[in-house]
Amino acid sequence: MSNPQHLRYSKEHEWLSPADEDGVATVGITEFAANALGDVVYAQLPDVGSTVTAGETCGELESTKSVSDLYSPVTGEVTEINQDVVDDPSLVNSAPFEGGWLFKVRVAEEPVDLLTADEYAAQNEG
Amino acid sequence: MSSSDARPLRRTALDAVHRSLGATMTDFAGWDMPLRYGSEREEHLAVRTKAGLFDLSHMGEITVTGPQAAAVLDHALVGNIASVALGRARYTMICRADGGILDDLIVYRTAETTYLVVANAANAQVVLDALTERAAGFDAEVRDDRDAYALIAIQGPASPAVLASLTDAGLDGLKYYAGLPGTVAGVPALIARTGYTGEDGFELFVAPEHAVRLWQALSEAGEDAGVVPCGLSCRDTLRLEAGMPLYGHELTTELTPFDAGLGRVVKFDKEGDFVGREALLAAAERAEKNPPRVLVGLVAEGRRVPRAGYPVVAGGEVIGEVTSGAPSPTLGKPIAMAYVDAAHAAPGTPGVGVDIRGSHEPYQVVALPFYKRQK
Repeated sequence: MSNPQHLRYSKEHEWLSPADEDGVATVGITEFAANALGDVVYAQLPDVGSTVTAGETCGELESTKSVSDLYSPVTGEVTEINQDVVDDPSLVNSAPFEGGWLFKVRVAEEPVDLLTADEYAAQNEG
Repeated sequence: MSSSDARPLRRTALDAVHRSLGATMTDFAGWDMPLRYGSEREEHLAVRTKAGLFDLSHMGEITVTGPQAAAVLDHALVGNIASVALGRARYTMICRADGGILDDLIVYRTAETTYLVVANAANAQVVLDALTERAAGFDAEVRDDRDAYALIAIQGPASPAVLASLTDAGLDGLKYYAGLPGTVAGVPALIARTGYTGEDGFELFVAPEHAVRLWQALSEAGEDAGVVPCGLSCRDTLRLEAGMPLYGHELTTELTPFDAGLGRVVKFDKEGDFVGREALLAAAERAEKNPPRVLVGLVAEGRRVPRAGYPVVAGGEVIGEVTSGAPSPTLGKPIAMAYVDAAHAAPGTPGVGVDIRGSHEPYQVVALPFYKRQK
């Protein structure tokens, strides 16, 4: 699998897109994480308007075998959640970097400890 | 997903096949087993509508043979094994003297005085040790045959036709819980009509050196019918929908068969004494007079999934515990099996919920199984 070069990655397997001109960035989980979870059947995402904090839990993903906490890779206000994923959580498995994105955040603080695609791939080799 | 002890994981004869298929592997009772090949939901639905192929070589085979083989098993197990006809099989249990369940088993009578006992992988050594100890003084041999067999299952409505294309054995006459020796794809096999999915299907016990050949033959013969390789993840959701207990979840040493709602497997009227008899008589009486918790089905009204160990609640009180839970691909909702107090066990009992990480989610109490195939 290949991790898109333009994204940055958390150790907890979330990705963060570059912010757009309004300072809003998109968050999802990686293909590596989606494969490890198995079929995602339920996504509990943060409320629009709430504040998420880098490194803290902001929701959960249920799969066949387990439930996993969702960590925010960035601090900011949630501006939108992906209703398509709420309606059809399997998008997280089929298109984790695209249609399976989870939520959008107006970035309040530029995150400092995220990984590049290559660094993230190296972490998962271990 | 690492093993707690340092021993390397055991690999089945089909290990290279699983890896070439890109399986996600998992440590299951010390074995490196396929968890899923792709989507476990699609594997599950394939078994319900077409057929699926499983490597179950982790299961523990023990042969009991000799003039008193039936007497050994009648003494060691709770069932009436002497009454099993040649070529038939029986679901049974092995208990401790205090009635606690050591394992649930399938016993096949493969010859006049030979039985194949199939134990769960995690319990195989315990069962082998108990059988060996309990066979003392009988004229019969207990043999560890764990390495003598690979076990491949084909399960689902298409499985009879697929298997029939590879064997001359009379499958039409092979009933549920029967097994006969035959040849499949040129490979000698014990062909058993058993399974753990709630579907029609077969389990094929073969020599490990023949496992790859048999797997490939079944894959090719089943290609047009939509047969897919299936991992242990979907095996778990299939058995859960079918209301079948899993050792370590619904069955433990803390429970007798009567506590698990499976008192019917205990046969007090068989010949001779058996290990656990006295304790089980008391357990039967207790279950009759003062029923303990009852194993029920729960169906979610919401989308959050109950997991083993979650409390079942009613009116703010804990009234039971979830033993197995998963999103059900067939029902499209989360389901669970749980032991609940008898007062809340009737299907439709109002006000029952599951405490899912602090929030009480409403659940409907239903009779098991969740799914029964149309015959």
